[in-house]
Amino acid sequence: MASILKGTSAVYRRELAGYFVTPVAYVFIVIFLLLTGIFTWQLGQFFEARQASLRGFFDWHPWLYLFLIPAISMRLWAEERRSGTLELLLTLPISLPGAVVGKFLAAWTFTAVALILTFPMWITVSYLGRPDHGVIIAQYVGSLLMAGGFLAIGQCMSATSKSQVIAFVISVVTCFLFLLIGFEPVLVFFRSWTPDYITQALASFSFFTHFESISKGVIDLRDLIFFVTLIVLFLVINTVVIEAKKS
Amino acid sequence: MIELKQLRKEFGPIVAVEGVTLSVAKGEVLGFLGPNGAGKSTTMKMITGFLTPTRGTASVCGHDVQEDPIAVKAAIGYLPEGAPLYPDMTPHSFLKFIAQTRGLSGDAARKRIDFVIDRLQLQGVVLQPIETLSKGFKRRVGFAQAILHDPPVLVLDEPTDGLDPNQKHQVRQLIHEIAKDKCIILSTHILEEVDAVCTRVAIIAKGRVVADETPEKLIARSKYHNAVSLKLRPSPGVMVFDELRKVGGVAEVEDRGTSDGIVSCVVLARSGKAILGDVSQLVRVKGWEVKQMHVEAGRLDEVFRDVTGAGA
Repeated sequence: MASILKGTSAVYRRELAGYFVTPVAYVFIVIFLLLTGIFTWQLGQFFEARQASLRGFFDWHPWLYLFLIPAISMRLWAEERRSGTLELLLTLPISLPGAVVGKFLAAWTFTAVALILTFPMWITVSYLGRPDHGVIIAQYVGSLLMAGGFLAIGQCMSATSKSQVIAFVISVVTCFLFLLIGFEPVLVFFRSWTPDYITQALASFSFFTHFESISKGVIDLRDLIFFVTLIVLFLVINTVVIEAKKS
Repeated sequence: MIELKQLRKEFGPIVAVEGVTLSVAKGEVLGFLGPNGAGKSTTMKMITGFLTPTRGTASVCGHDVQEDPIAVKAAIGYLPEGAPLYPDMTPHSFLKFIAQTRGLSGDAARKRIDFVIDRLQLQGVVLQPIETLSKGFKRRVGFAQAILHDPPVLVLDEPTDGLDPNQKHQVRQLIHEIAKDKCIILSTHILEEVDAVCTRVAIIAKGRVVADETPEKLIARSKYHNAVSLKLRPSPGVMVFDELRKVGGVAEVEDRGTSDGIVSCVVLARSGKAILGDVSQLVRVKGWEVKQMHVEAGRLDEVFRDVTGAGA
């Protein structure tokens, strides 16, 4: 294991520091906080709901992540390929899976920082009522897991192109598919002409299906396994894509 | 220390490297020469473990590139073509990152980083983002990165490309100084560089090694090897060229024009024999007024064109 992940910590540290030396991190965090605010207070009708919970906040996360996560992940490999540093990185005595995991963890940590900075939401709802804090913690963990899923997909797509724009677009489309197949209107459409088990199988790939119980505050082992498996799967594909497209 | 056996690389239908066999020992500086697209960079990328050979083997310090890529990468300091660097990092944070990946930490890392910063005179720019540095500084940062862990093997892909003459001189100086106990491969298409730093030359053309010898021997292949270049004012009415052609060992005399009664020519030696003595003897006997006379070592560019097949 140690040799498979050789270089992870060095790559992780470099990548994470990289977010904060450019304005990218700050712009991203500000936009993320603004949008979660607008979605929760305005569209989510936080006050009108008169409930001491953050459901109205977490329900929007899949849609926010759909556009914001690819914006973080798009540069991960595309930039290395464009600038030629990929050759430098891959001729250092580190392993490719190590580099893949290091990059992923750095991006995930960064997302976690952005997510943690939404804590005023939590404070507000605690001030106004008496929410179930266990539920909120579970929701945060679930949201972070889902963000990891989006990130792994985005990072993998970033490996396919030298262009960050192309990486962004492919990532959004792929993530959108993963959301859409569990969206009720789409499932209704499938149900009309396919057997139930196919509809269910399709739905089981959807982030919605797995995030639904999480956003209620329940962390089911199956949902946990789903997101972890998805992350691992896309990181493996990522490694294969880099290996195949080196030349 | 570097051992290449029948190394071959195909990109789809294109054969970039077609069976390269080479070995480079400690203390040697091998100049890898060849036209653009000849396969120099591809070969280097296979040695450094970036590209996987289609066939053949490459080993560095006894480690096979495909079986133990990490050991190979640990033994090599590599400067890729164009010296790619992370633009948003500073040289200092960049070198720290390289040290971490190379397993250097704490005091050992600090010492080596200070050493290379000093060695490549980066003191003034260590805290500036790399993207704001001049080309010369960027190349030096790339160099610093390559020698940071004091590797036994250095692979340098066009280390002086795009530098000004002073910077080129510095880089060559540096290679000279570290060459003693290292094994170095450097690619270039600047011929003067070969003379300046290399102890051996391998010329590669269309994916094959077409020459592999010392610069002196290579240059001796030139038809200008030991040729005598002359500028003189002959006595009136004398056919200088005919006289010169009669000298033993002279193969040919090339006319380089006449101005103000001064004849310029190059006297070519037959199969590289030393003819200076005989030529100067003739000149003295005939009493020609010599303006200039010197022996040529040979012309590398001519040999280069010859062996790479562009001469025809």
